[in-house]
Amino acid sequence: MKLKILIVEPSQIIVEGLRSVLHDDPRLEVVSVAEDASMLEERLAAHHPDMVVINPGLLPYSTQMPAAMELPGGIFSVALVYQYFEPAYLRNFDAVIDIRESKHNVIAMLTSLDREENEKKDGRSSDASDLTKRERDILVLVAKGLMSKEIAEQLNISIHTVISHRKNITKKTGIKSVAGLAVYAMLNNLMNEPIGAEGHNGDSE
Amino acid sequence: MPRNSHYLYNRQDVMKNYLFDENMKMANLILIKPSLILLLPRFNIPLGFGDKSVKELCQNHGISVGFFLLICNIYSHDNYVPALDKVLATDMSMLDCYLEASHRYYLDRRLPHIARHIARMTAEMNGRAGDILKRFFEEYNNEVVAHFKYEEQNVFPHLKKLLAGEAGDGYSISQYSPSHTNIEDKLDDLTQILFKYLPEEVKAYETIGAVFDILQLSEDLKKHSLIEEKVLIPYVEHLERKQVR
Repeated sequence: MKLKILIVEPSQIIVEGLRSVLHDDPRLEVVSVAEDASMLEERLAAHHPDMVVINPGLLPYSTQMPAAMELPGGIFSVALVYQYFEPAYLRNFDAVIDIRESKHNVIAMLTSLDREENEKKDGRSSDASDLTKRERDILVLVAKGLMSKEIAEQLNISIHTVISHRKNITKKTGIKSVAGLAVYAMLNNLMNEPIGAEGHNGDSE
Repeated sequence: MPRNSHYLYNRQDVMKNYLFDENMKMANLILIKPSLILLLPRFNIPLGFGDKSVKELCQNHGISVGFFLLICNIYSHDNYVPALDKVLATDMSMLDCYLEASHRYYLDRRLPHIARHIARMTAEMNGRAGDILKRFFEEYNNEVVAHFKYEEQNVFPHLKKLLAGEAGDGYSISQYSPSHTNIEDKLDDLTQILFKYLPEEVKAYETIGAVFDILQLSEDLKKHSLIEEKVLIPYVEHLERKQVR
């Protein structure tokens, strides 16, 4: 199914440019264009878009998400930016597109929003703070300097499973580098835990 | 700039250009974006400039005002990257000096300062955990030093030669990868480790001080790599093409 897009932007040049950038991708469809934010509610009701691409300059300025932009659940807000806005303000949006971005990047950004949502629906929690026993095992092996392939062999699981565990470890701890994960493992006294033994919370995946 | 008023911007406001210009007072630039004050020593502009405009000050100190503003705008505006024709219309003769001065600031001032924070923190921690944190920072520091050294020995001399119109030195900018992703990831990791995972015996004010300094350095370094990726590389590529012709 196509992703339905509502564009809210006063400049016709920008709107037409964006349309032509999105036109070639079969996953995306521009369902409506509004010139300013006052038409937002009506267009939302009429077109049920999946995302609203809006020029943040059209909204009342504040560091909170402006009331006019509180979208019904499940609709992504994308800021379309061609001038300076406070970063704190832009963080209120699900994504930010700079008009200087390449066509490829714009499309990739919009389509990835949809994928992220699907992943959430799959029930993969993204911010649980506790690592599962399996994740702790893998973290320790990563911290010891093993490559994903070696970890897969040692634990007798597929390399894809290892990679997906590693992604979850990074999501949960907020730490990306191997050296950083080693420090984390050390500070949390994980390095002396026997691999594969049942942890306190007795969980597995 | 009516940034704080709560009304819907009209179209003219939306279309307005928010970039800095040469007639603004230097003091105002810094009031708008305080971290710009860090750039002044890199351009050898002393403080105490009173109400002088950016143009006046740059002229007084022999700095290309276009180049100064280009850097200030990149530092201040989140999504601002100058296009190549903008870069080509700017006097870029100070680019290598500026980048080297930034390196000196990171290496001689910021990193040793953060190292001292880390040393004070690890002194409060039990042996092994403290050691591993110290080692993490040392490794990070070494990577940064190696990266800067490569640029100073290869990329900057190459740029100087091109600017002087000298014949090819056998180096090509295509050999250079400005990717700081790994270095940036490590610095981000360090902030996370400091405020999320350090043991309680480490004094909070020490950690908070370190976190602030690291966040500031991280922001500065991200702009520095942005300048290398989006200004230095396209510019040198352009000079290389011109030399071939």
